[in-house]
Amino acid sequence: MRLDVKKTYKLFIGGKFPRSESGRSYQVSDSKGKHLANVSLASRKDVRDAVSAARSAQPGWAGASAYNRGQVLYRIAEMLEGRRDQFVAEIQALTGKTAKQANAELDAAIDSWVWHAGWTDKIDTVAGSMNPVAGPFFNISTNQPTGVVGAFAPQDSALVGFVNTIAPAIVSGNTIVVVTSEKLSLPALSFGEVLATSDVPGGVVNILSGKESELSGWLVGHMDVNAVDLEGASKPAELELMAADTVKRVLRKGSYERLGSSGSLQHILELMELKTVWHPKGH
Amino acid sequence: MFDYSPAPEAKLASFASSYGHFIGGKFTKPQKTFETINPATEEVLSQISHGSAKDVDLAVKAARNAYEKTWSKLSGAQRGKYLFRIARIMQERARELAVAETLNNGKPIKETRDFDVPTSVAWFFYYAGWADKLDYAGMGASPKAHGVAGQVIPWNFPLMMLAWKVAPALAAGNTVVLKPAETTPLTALLFAEICQQAELPDGVVNIVTGFGDTGAAVVGHKDVNKVAFTGSTEVGKIIARQVAGTNKKVTLELGGKAANIVFDDAPIDQAIEGVVNGIFFNQGHVCCAGSRLLVQESIHDEFIKKLKRRMETLRLGDPMDKNTDVGAINSKAQLQKIKGLVAKGVKEGGDLWQPACKIPRNGFWYAPAIIDGVSPANTVAREEIFGPVLSVITFRTPTEAITKANNTEYGLSAGIWTEKGSKMLKLADQLNAGVIWSNTFNQFDPTSPFGGFKESGYGREGGRAGLAAYLKGGN
Repeated sequence: MRLDVKKTYKLFIGGKFPRSESGRSYQVSDSKGKHLANVSLASRKDVRDAVSAARSAQPGWAGASAYNRGQVLYRIAEMLEGRRDQFVAEIQALTGKTAKQANAELDAAIDSWVWHAGWTDKIDTVAGSMNPVAGPFFNISTNQPTGVVGAFAPQDSALVGFVNTIAPAIVSGNTIVVVTSEKLSLPALSFGEVLATSDVPGGVVNILSGKESELSGWLVGHMDVNAVDLEGASKPAELELMAADTVKRVLRKGSYERLGSSGSLQHILELMELKTVWHPKGH
Repeated sequence: MFDYSPAPEAKLASFASSYGHFIGGKFTKPQKTFETINPATEEVLSQISHGSAKDVDLAVKAARNAYEKTWSKLSGAQRGKYLFRIARIMQERARELAVAETLNNGKPIKETRDFDVPTSVAWFFYYAGWADKLDYAGMGASPKAHGVAGQVIPWNFPLMMLAWKVAPALAAGNTVVLKPAETTPLTALLFAEICQQAELPDGVVNIVTGFGDTGAAVVGHKDVNKVAFTGSTEVGKIIARQVAGTNKKVTLELGGKAANIVFDDAPIDQAIEGVVNGIFFNQGHVCCAGSRLLVQESIHDEFIKKLKRRMETLRLGDPMDKNTDVGAINSKAQLQKIKGLVAKGVKEGGDLWQPACKIPRNGFWYAPAIIDGVSPANTVAREEIFGPVLSVITFRTPTEAITKANNTEYGLSAGIWTEKGSKMLKLADQLNAGVIWSNTFNQFDPTSPFGGFKESGYGREGGRAGLAAYLKGGN
């Protein structure tokens, strides 16, 4: 008889896997209520560390070529495919899904990364413009990432909802601090391992597990967060009020219904800023 | 230097002694009136009604009714033709509108005549053409309007801000309730007459005049589907809070503290003109004004010397005079605000300089000013002054220029002055601003999206993006 070597589920901040600074953890159970793991219960300080890591990583990630970002996103799909069994097992244990259903969720998550990988160098072709102004000027509008996104992944999805929260944000050069589903956090935390082996620079995606209701105020109220995605938040109206203090862009709860739950160009664009540059034409 | 003889424009605009609101195609009886004045003379121009929540409710009902019964049933082509009509009538009455704007706002006639009114007209022409092409707006096939749009606009470009709001809203198929600024309601009321002349169906455009409480009633009305606001970041935040937890779509065009960055390899004479235009155009009452001059240290002394010489030639005075460069400050309150912030900036170590100029006896005036030696922490380097005051900061390297330019909560616009294209393009990528003017400043066009990053607001006006903001599926 051989005893399993179980994994310690930790946070993912700045490309590293720290435990919560607070030293706290919470129990995650399977669909039948049996103990699965003790998971880091993130704190206010973890939120601040994560935002700081996201801010540091943002200019470099946005400054990478679109081609390069596309390759990195495709690499995520490759790494996820390679760890299929691990994710299928976690999804099944947490949700009680059949192997077929869990595999279908993984397919959707992997394909979403492939789909997003192809967008990086096409956003401005589709959603940018040369503007025919009535004067001797060269005038061009391009889309640039909003900056640091604070997000709450859907509570009812173990992996694909989480992936479709992250991908539309980072595809354009944003960095993100994402709070996982509280109960279904294991695949999201394992996903940090995929990111760590996918050439994604540290700090581009920062993953926190814990109580959304405890962390949301700290994340949405943080002055250095530019946009918030409240899809998985429990008090969206209250959080939108906090977001107004620094005019943050807000994806309201329920937005995924409008934007498409598997990502869309509109979703990508709502985490971007249109920038227009004028230059005179002449000799 | 030589003096110019006065060249006053004829007073080609006249106003009724009092105005009600424009609701459902008709003017209501004037009620709870307040004076609207000419800020250059303090002469009373007319009595304006202070709209109550009840007035706003009537306007929203009229807009809803028009949306359900008329406007949403018209084809895009027919809606577009109404907008073309409006544009034509505005052209026919262009000089009258320019004079009215100058009288009520205090800005020079050469600006209203050559900029405000033609740009407003262009906005209607541009969006008129979109009305029957909504399938190409990037929102999928047959996108739908939101319904009733509530719009609150500022006093710095009263008619132009109206055009920026009303034209795309109507083209997309919405009906509107518009609240003009309390100090500058007159061109909006003339616009109401233009809607009547264009035979625009009753209730498609409704105008309720008043103060902040009137605007709050428009934004807060439960039957308003879309809110569009241009104004201060302070009020923008109040509006963002007011709509939190609702389904209302919002676009906000808020304040700015734009950096105008001048490198040692810039075309200096052009840059001087651009910097002067950037901050003294419209008395600096411009959200995207180039209010922070970031000048490379090696050319600081020479540049400031030339800038001062140019500022000495600016003509301040009667806005109705065709030679006037700098008109009146829009209100006593704004003048106090400018004076207060400048005093703070000087106290915090800034070095104030203003050219000698004759200040008229009546009205509200502020001579163009530069404050040199401003540290990044100085109030005048951080807060929007919204007046003819330029803060001067130096830098040594492009990296330092970017850091200093981006060191603000705002992100509306920026200027870059260099003859080196590669340098300009890299800086344009790195600046966190929605509009970047390179070797030019303060250019606007209906085809060109305008709007900010960060606390300068969200959403864009102009171009396809400006149309999408008024369609479902857009942000």
